[in-house]
Amino acid sequence: MEELVVIGNGMVGHRLVEALRDRDAAGHWHITVVGEEPRTAYDRVALSSYFDGATADDLSLGDLSGPAVDVHVNERAAAIDRATRTVTTDSGRTLPYDRLVLATGSSPFVPPVPGHDLPGCHVYRTIEDLDAITAAARAGARTGVVIGGGLLGLEAANALRLLGMDAHVVELAPHLMPAQIDEGAGSLLAGLVSDLGVHVHTGTASTAVEAGPDGRAARLLLADGSHLDTDLVVFSVGIRPRDELARAAGLAVGERGGITIDDTCTTSDAHVHAIGEAACHRGTVYGLIAPGNAMAEVLADRLVGGQATFTGADTSTKLKLLGVDVASFGDAHGRTADCLDVVVNDAATGRYAKLVLSDDATTLLGGILVGDATAYATLRPLVGSPLPGDPLALITPQGETLGADALPDSAQICSCNAVTKGTITQAICDGNHDVPALKACTRAGTSCGSCVPMLKNLLDKAGIVQSKALCEHFAHSRAELLEIVRATGITTFSALIEAHGTGAGCDICKPAVASILASLGNGHILEGEQATLQDTNDRHLANMQRNGTYSVVPRIPGGEITPDKLIVIGEVARDFGLYTKITGGQRIDLFGARLEQLPAIWTRLVEAGFESGHAYGKSLRTVKSCVGTTWCRYGVQDSVGLAIRLEERYRGLRSPHKLKSAVSGCARECAEARGKDFGIIATDHGWNLYVGGNGGFTPRHADLLASDLDEPTLIRYIDRFLMFYIRTADRLQRTAAWIEAMDGGLEHLREVVVEDSLGIAADLEAAMDRHVDSYADEWAAVLADPDKLARFQSFANAPDTPDPTIAFTTTRDQPVPAAPVGLGIPTLRTRENAR
Amino acid sequence: MTAYATEAAHQPAEDTVSAWTVACPSTRLRPDDGVAVLLPGGRQAALFRTRTGELYAVDNIDPFTGAAVLSRGIVGDRAGEPTIASPLLKNVFSLRTGRSLDDPDVTLDTWPVHDDGTTVRIDTRTPTEGAT
Ligand code: SRM
Ligand SMILES: Cc1cc2nc3c(=O)[nH]c(=O)nc-3n(C[C@H](O)[C@H](O)[C@H](O)COP(=O)(O)OP(=O)(O)OC[C@H]3O[C@@H](n4cnc5c(N)ncnc54)[C@H](O)[C@@H]3O)c2cc1C
Ligand code: SF4
Ligand code: FES
Repeated sequence: MEELVVIGNGMVGHRLVEALRDRDAAGHWHITVVGEEPRTAYDRVALSSYFDGATADDLSLGDLSGPAVDVHVNERAAAIDRATRTVTTDSGRTLPYDRLVLATGSSPFVPPVPGHDLPGCHVYRTIEDLDAITAAARAGARTGVVIGGGLLGLEAANALRLLGMDAHVVELAPHLMPAQIDEGAGSLLAGLVSDLGVHVHTGTASTAVEAGPDGRAARLLLADGSHLDTDLVVFSVGIRPRDELARAAGLAVGERGGITIDDTCTTSDAHVHAIGEAACHRGTVYGLIAPGNAMAEVLADRLVGGQATFTGADTSTKLKLLGVDVASFGDAHGRTADCLDVVVNDAATGRYAKLVLSDDATTLLGGILVGDATAYATLRPLVGSPLPGDPLALITPQGETLGADALPDSAQICSCNAVTKGTITQAICDGNHDVPALKACTRAGTSCGSCVPMLKNLLDKAGIVQSKALCEHFAHSRAELLEIVRATGITTFSALIEAHGTGAGCDICKPAVASILASLGNGHILEGEQATLQDTNDRHLANMQRNGTYSVVPRIPGGEITPDKLIVIGEVARDFGLYTKITGGQRIDLFGARLEQLPAIWTRLVEAGFESGHAYGKSLRTVKSCVGTTWCRYGVQDSVGLAIRLEERYRGLRSPHKLKSAVSGCARECAEARGKDFGIIATDHGWNLYVGGNGGFTPRHADLLASDLDEPTLIRYIDRFLMFYIRTADRLQRTAAWIEAMDGGLEHLREVVVEDSLGIAADLEAAMDRHVDSYADEWAAVLADPDKLARFQSFANAPDTPDPTIAFTTTRDQPVPAAPVGLGIPTLRTRENAR
Repeated sequence: MTAYATEAAHQPAEDTVSAWTVACPSTRLRPDDGVAVLLPGGRQAALFRTRTGELYAVDNIDPFTGAAVLSRGIVGDRAGEPTIASPLLKNVFSLRTGRSLDDPDVTLDTWPVHDDGTTVRIDTRTPTEGAT
């Protein structure tokens, strides 16, 4: 094993480690990463979304630590000794290397104007920078000035606006974004940005920052003698590569900074590499992520013996300002000899578009779009290719919209991750038939996201209808089937498949239809034919375990239980030899019951007053609670009481996926309500309702739907929310995914639930009332019906003989499954070993 | 699977009468439903009736998990081929041939079934060995 040390755990350093780990199957490299920031790598490109609700966790790119990778955060590399091939860090550690990678990025350039270092002067690069700006806003800053009207400066100005400040941008050049766009586009952009409420001052130099009486920045002086009074200044005039370590170690650096590298990303020392914004390649320091990622991939390939080279990169950009579309790509400034421009400048509609063409007007060289950048996704990949049609038509609003057809296979669809159309079409052929699958396998669309429309377009072109069909037996989505069942009054699967489907059904459509029938109130789920439709766990009203036994979960509403009931659970577990465990849902699970034992176990539980906990169903699981005003010194409402009332109201409700809830008695949130499909948090004035949270595969915090509700209003809103979900969600779609996929998202949901924009609230509430009125305990009903009890037999011809393949051993004093013995067939039979 | 061959061989091959194991009354097995049946020698069959009335018996043990649960799966079809989906990890098998639709190298043993209108019986003389 050789030792690779990576200095810098930013976006590009992270990408290198990830790429190398994926390629180094032989385990040739052990990687040590030192990063100066207090956390592992995060998505700096999306940094501004921090002001729009994203948390540091949301931005995180994930921790790559593992057997072959050590990541040390909060640790700065202090010196490189090339002679002994070691790096020393500020915590005194010495790291020997065989190869060293400098991925130190860049730092914001702060011009040495007088007063640039006063308190109240900020930069915009790290999460800590953003925290400092937020703190200033909280402390009462009302006005903020951003110096620099480039891509980042405009993002920073928008951030100040989002923080409620009056925002100004001061730009030295005669127009905004001088590096990317031309004068015409710049003046249109200035208009659009002003419309957002940001004051634009172009052609203006800043000469000094003056302090106020409190010693904090208070005034910005301008070259024309005027000034701006302000509480806060953000410098965003450019970046400087962090090449200080390299310089001190005697490595070659570029004329204007940046560690010099060749096409293999190697510096003037063959054992040292540099990538990302710290590197200077053929005289250029790239301030964008795409070239950095490309360097990381090239270097990873080289480190495992490959021959990849980096020969330069695309500098296309799209501005991520809310509400303003700006994009520039290719040779946007028309620097190619004899090139031609085609320009549409329409101040009335606020659109500017320019295409730069080769001298014979056949090849697209670059372009600029302002006001409406929808054509960006299709035009950018066309750079260098023959134009598919009349150039003017491509950029006029009524003109043709270009499809993916027009692109050659070599066209780059995702410039952030250098993914070509050819790679994506191949991935589609290989069976990746939706955007998430394409993202996972090609990485396209995983950075800035501007290429996602093209991914959808390529899927369409490949003839992949994002089919709503449930399975081969029904061409309808779950929501459509539910409407069919509601409209026709059909009550059985047989009748439904006869009239609206084909074939015999399968393990996808049968449980989906069973759930629809149950949601619409069609009696006991084990009644007649319905029993044969139910998925694994619903079939026997218990969760099947790996060895074919079952778990038993009685309902414990709100998690509140009397000592007597606790004792019954203990006695049942002891008498039937069951393993017991407290669940993550504030109740108790008894494991290891044989199919034929379930009725006897439930007889005991029902006698003691327990009901089914529906741990097996796509239905309400638990409503967790904290102790609230009952006991807690901070509680402001009765969270336990509400949790119990909610659990009793919605118990037994069948839904597209399981439903979880929780109620916390104050904002300390001990019940973790924001991790639930619907969560309620007490306020001084009532209850706040949050929706769309979950843990599981893709954890997500719930969003606030309505605040300070009294209990009747709260319950009405939850009724509407749940019924609307049941009627319109897809099969196995949790509430979070349902809201995300909804046209109009959370806002639309709020209109439907709170404002009754569709006029269906009364109908939804009536449907919920019917559910509440018709609720009966499923297990009590089974015990009362010999026909249903017949399903709980081990063998039809030997009902009392236990399944001989089930066996237990003891772990931590409790029974757990043993590998099947004797007759059990634990090994997989294949044609090979059968011979 | 030689272990199976020896177990099944305890029934003389020529003894056609005693090889039919009584599974259940005809009324017990409803369309699209399944039951588990204990066979002589300790093996288990998963016995099914489809909605069109066909009867099938396959090994009750899910070869992907080792658990005896196939009788508790969902009966259906894939492009017309009658199927059973295992309740554990949802692997799907053809009811006619026992062949796994997920892994062509895996096949369940199958047995002939007969329903005389009162009683359903399984012919357990020898299973049709899946894997060969
Ligand atoms: C028993 C328990 C773990 C424990 O020992 O604590 C558990 C066990 C199972 N979980 Fe869970 N989950 C349990 C709490 C949770 C929680 C925590 C919570 O509820 O606060 C979560 C994350 C929160 C969430 O759901 O949003 C959780 C996320 C999942 C998921 C992922 C869902 C998702 O949207 O990604 C599944 C898979 C699924 O439902 O499709 C799952 C599925 C399962 C199943 C039902 C899998 C199955 O079908 O066999 C497990 C069998 C339960 C059994 O046999 O009784 N379990 N599971 C917990 C039972 C709580 C209860 O009292 O009902
Ligand atoms: C607000 C904002 C918006 C942006 N938007 C876009 C965009 O839309 N499109 C685009 O292409 N690009 C955008 N960028 C630029 C993009 O983020 C950078 O190109 C990218 O992050 C560069 O990655 P890097 O790894 O080279 O540098 P960085 O991400 O800066 O990582 C370098 C890391 O090295 C650490 N480090 C430095 N020296 C040492 C040392 N001696 N010891 C230990 N650690 C050290 C630093 O603390 C830092 O964590 C944006 C940048 C910002 C700030
Ligand atoms: S959420 Fe508030 S009321 Fe509930 S237990 Fe925690 S601190 Fe107490
Ligand atoms: S172009 Fe940025 S993610 Fe694809």
